[in-house]
This record gives sequence, C-alpha cells and structure tokens, in this order.
Amino acid sequence: MSTTTAERAATPPAEAAPSRVKALLAVPTLGPLGALLLACLYFSFASDRFLTGGNMSLILQQVMVVGTLAVGQSAVILTAGIDLSNGASMAFGSLVMTKLAVSGGVPAWLAILAGIATCAAIGAVNGSLVTLMKLPPFIVTLGMLNIAMALTHITSKEQTVTGLPDLLTKLGDTFPLGQTRVTYGSVLMLVLFAVAWYVLRHTAAGRHLYALGDNPDAVRLAGVNVRRQLIGVYTVAGVLYGIAALLLVARTGVGDPQAGQTDNLDSITAVVLGGISLFGGRGSIVGALYGALLVGVIRNGLQLTGVDSVYQILITGILVILAVGVDQIARRRRK
Amino acid sequence: MSSRYMKLTAVAAATAATATMLSACGSGGSSASGASGGSGGSGGKISVGLITKTETNPFFVTMKKGAQAEAAKDGVKLLTAAGAFDGDNAGQVTAVQNMIAAGVKGILITPSDPKAIAPTLDKARQQGIVVIALDTPPDPQNSADALFATDNQAAGKLIGQYAKAAMAGKPAKIATLDLAPGVTVGVLRHNGFLAGFGVAEGDPSIACEADTGGDQAKGQTAMENCLQKAPDINLVYTINEPAAMGAYQALKSAGKEKAVTIVTVDGSCTGINALAGGQFVADSQQYPLKMASLGVQAVVDFAKTGKKPSGYTDTGVTLVAANPVSGVDSKDTTYGQSNCWGS
Repeated sequence: MSTTTAERAATPPAEAAPSRVKALLAVPTLGPLGALLLACLYFSFASDRFLTGGNMSLILQQVMVVGTLAVGQSAVILTAGIDLSNGASMAFGSLVMTKLAVSGGVPAWLAILAGIATCAAIGAVNGSLVTLMKLPPFIVTLGMLNIAMALTHITSKEQTVTGLPDLLTKLGDTFPLGQTRVTYGSVLMLVLFAVAWYVLRHTAAGRHLYALGDNPDAVRLAGVNVRRQLIGVYTVAGVLYGIAALLLVARTGVGDPQAGQTDNLDSITAVVLGGISLFGGRGSIVGALYGALLVGVIRNGLQLTGVDSVYQILITGILVILAVGVDQIARRRRK
Repeated sequence: MSSRYMKLTAVAAATAATATMLSACGSGGSSASGASGGSGGSGGKISVGLITKTETNPFFVTMKKGAQAEAAKDGVKLLTAAGAFDGDNAGQVTAVQNMIAAGVKGILITPSDPKAIAPTLDKARQQGIVVIALDTPPDPQNSADALFATDNQAAGKLIGQYAKAAMAGKPAKIATLDLAPGVTVGVLRHNGFLAGFGVAEGDPSIACEADTGGDQAKGQTAMENCLQKAPDINLVYTINEPAAMGAYQALKSAGKEKAVTIVTVDGSCTGINALAGGQFVADSQQYPLKMASLGVQAVVDFAKTGKKPSGYTDTGVTLVAANPVSGVDSKDTTYGQSNCWGS
C-alpha cells in the first residue's frame, strides 16, 4: 500500500472522525480476505476433506501459476494499464524453455533463463509501445496476445514437449512441512507476493507506480522519468510471467502449446477480486493473492462437495461484479 | 487512530489470519493422509470422477448424462469437471488433483491433450486410483488402465467405403476437413476414410486438406477456402458433424450443395436429422453414453472386487445412411434417430 493512497485517504479534513465503516472501506484487502475466510469456513463444514493440510497445499499449488501472473498483472493495472498478453506470453516462454532444453541441446538452467528473458522482452515491447507510441495498453497487449500465441504454435508445431530434464520440473516437487507436503513453487509464489508488497509499499519506485496510475502528469512534473518507469513496470511484469511459465511447466510436467488461453482473464479476475482498481492507483498486491486463492478455494471446494464445475464459473462471475461494485462505492465515498 | 495505522493493522491481521489458516490446516494433515485411499466421498459412498474436454460440446454432455444415469443406478457419487476449452490441459490437471483430494476410486477422462495429461494420470494411478480413458487415449496409452472408445479408424473406413460405392465410378475430387495436426482421433478417422475409399495420402484426387478443430464456423471457412482452391470438389470427408454442417453451409452459399457428397462421423441427433434432411449422405454413429456408463460400471466393479479394467473396449460404431448402397452395410435414419445422442 502506498503512502500516496494512504495520505489521500487521510486527506479529507478532520471535520469528523471517520466512521468505522468508512475506515474499513479504505482497507481494500478486507473484503477479499473476508470472502476467502467465509468460503473456507463454508467448505470446511461442507466437506471433511477440505480443511486438511494436504488440500490447502494443493490449492496453493493450483493457484501458483495464476497467482504469479497476477503479481505482474497487478503492477500493470496499478499504473492504469492492463495486460491481456500475459497468458500467451507465459505459454511462449514455457515452450522456449522446454524446446531449448529437450531438443535444443541447451543446459536446463540456460533454457530457463532464455524462457524468462523471452517473456521480459515481450513485456519491454509492450511497455515501449504503450509509452513511446502512446498506444492504449488494451490494444497493444491484445495484439501481443495474438503474436505470442502464433509464435507458440509456430515454434511448437502444435506438439506437446515431453521428457523434460528434472531442473525444469523441480518447482513442482514438494517438501515436508509438519505432516503436509508443500510444493516449492507455491512457496516461490508467496515470496514473489511478499517482495512485490515490500517494493510497492516501501520503495520510491513502488510509490511512483501508484502515482502513475493516479495522476501521471503530477508524476512527470515531480521530475520522474515516466517513460522509463512504465517500460520498467511492463518488463518486470514480463519477468514474472517468465517465472509463471517455469511454474506452469513444473506443475504440468510438459511444454504445452495450448496452455495459457484463459490465464490472462484469470489473472485479471484475481486482481479485481483482490480489490485492486482497474482504473489504477488503488489497491494492495496482497489482495490479488486473496483473489487468486478465492478462485482456487471455490473450484476445489465445489469439486470436493460434488457440485457441478459450471457453478464455480458462475460464482466467480458474481464475485467479480461484486468486487468492482465495492471499489466504485469506495471511490465515490472518498470524493 | 489514523487510517494509515488502521491499514497496517489490517494487513498484519490479514497476514496473520492466512498464516493461522494454513498452519491450522497443517495440523490436520495426518488425518488426510490416513483417509486417502479410503472409501471416498461423504458417508462412505463410492465416488467416481468424470473429466471431459469441455462442458458445452453435446458429445461430452451426453457422456455426462450416461455417467450420471449409471451412477444413480449403482448408488455411487459422481464428481464432474471439464477444461475451460478444448485443449485446456492445465484445467484437466487441476480437476484430476481435486478428484484425488476428494477420494474418488476411479477417474474417467477424455484427455484434451493426450501427451500432456499423461504424467498427471500416472500420479493418480500411483495412488491406487483406477484411470479409464473415454473416447481418446492418453499418450502413452498405458497412462490409463483402460480405454473405452470408438474405433476411429473403423469409423473413417465405413464412410470411406460408402463414399466409394456412392460415387459409382465417377472421378472423385476430395476435400478432407480434418481436426488438428497431430491429434490421434483426427488422424485415425482421416486415414480410415482414405483406406476405405481406396486412395493413398498424396493421391491427386485429394484436392484440399484443411483443419477445422471440429468446429462448425471453422469448418465453413475451411470449405470456402477449399472451394477457392478447387471449385470442382465433389466429395467432402469431415471429421465430425459440426464440421460437416459448416461445409454444407459453404457449399449451399456457393450453390453446390446438390453436386457434392458429404460424409461424416458422430451420430448425434442433430447430425442424424441433418442427414435425414439431405445435408450429408453417410454418418458413422458412435456411442458416448455407452463409454461413460461402461466406465462408471468398471470403477464400481473395481471398488467392490479390486479387479482393475484393462485394455481397449470398442464401444461400437454403426454406419447410418439415408440411401443404402450395394456392398456396404448401413442402417437407415430411423435406426440412427433411435440410437442418437444429445437430443
């Protein structure tokens, strides 16, 4: 959470002590956290298999890909941008990794770096087009979505890459934590969220990022190089998508050219459910984690209780609209 | 209390709550591992998982109906899931994992990506769950205990033989509207058709080969493009009925629907009605309901007797044609309608 938003929330002259409701609305992560806890509570009564260490670890593992994408997506959305290309970029990155390692004769660690670098490059191109050519992020990343998807199909020739070296699937392995086996990749996702939270909350770059989404002109006038800052955000987001590509490979054990087709919208869903405003400048990255977990919990819980999976999509849809509604109300109250 | 302070507290509280939730869950881990492989589901009922490629394709909807009916008959609990789109491997992986967590005895699956799903199915089998592939085998095929499916080669061959007889010696200009590169079902039907018709791949009579993804709109586009390439096409093989209907639309727009023979595979009620209405002449009918009900039965048998199903079970294919031709056995549309799926 940035100082900027915190200060703005505190700015309304202290005519009256802010009511508790108002204060709560100013904490955008409380809603998603509440929803997450409520969902957990409900499912732990509905199924005796829900609230177990193994199942919690499973849910974390299942959201690690979308969660990591959501870290990058959050950063872009906080600047009032959007990235529709992250799922396709991830799929391309995962093919670069697996192809190079399996049939390119490249050492696995180098193949991984090449995959992440590919995603970073895609991010840098997105960022450059958005800032230098002043194109809308929606259009730029929509185009990039198609480009990355086509590149994936061209490089893979529609063939799934199998027989991966161990290093590529290492993050899908587990370690014991008490009685539970935890996936390394889920821990990595949580670390990425923690780092992102720290950067956004405690560094100048993080505060600029919030300000960019809020009032780019003011940031420019304050002497910040807005272009470099924005290109940087898209590039770092690209690096995160590259890490998501590695997690995807580790999770499924293959390089899959069909992967990532809905992950762009899934990551946006997580971000929005987490209370981050699509108009930029408002929200906490921790919320995106709650958002991603909420989707995972609902999917897993409904499956355990034997409810048809279509209802998971239905419930997610309703929650997204609710989340945006809450954001709008919070905005109006602050004005 | 400043709102900034409040927010900090809230974040701290939130983090603490998450941590508590996770660690609290951690303590329950032992009971979970103890219960895994147990009788599964609530109330000790046997539970069976069905994972299809999508929720929307009538073929899979029928499969689900068949599984539901059989599950109700046997008094077992059925869990269902599907990918978000055809080819969504990650979604199917998630579904398999959730079903293992739910304690199913067996999983019935139509793999969206036969190669990509294999490692996940191996893991399920290592945990003592019986895995049965329906309609499409995983790659390698031994990642599933058993396969209940149409003989796709035979399905293609039947319509190839019919087409050969129906052309009655007329020189053929063939278009094949296929599935997608490298997908076994599509390759088998395509090769079966060519074998039945008696031509080899690369024969000059094959004027156009295009991919449709088994989709009506893409089938229409593919047919339009094929007609641009070779306007004198007079025989169209299609991977399935949606592709066939798309092809018919394109031919109709070009005013050529009467001069061109379309053959296809599926045998859905919509398709058989279209066949009766003259859109295509021959259709290899397959039986998704049977695949699913046999699958549920096999899992129930396994749960009760410990005997795993194995190998390939042909769920049958029947050639349906409005006009029989000599030398090729076929059933009429009335038979097709009373055995069709997805009404």
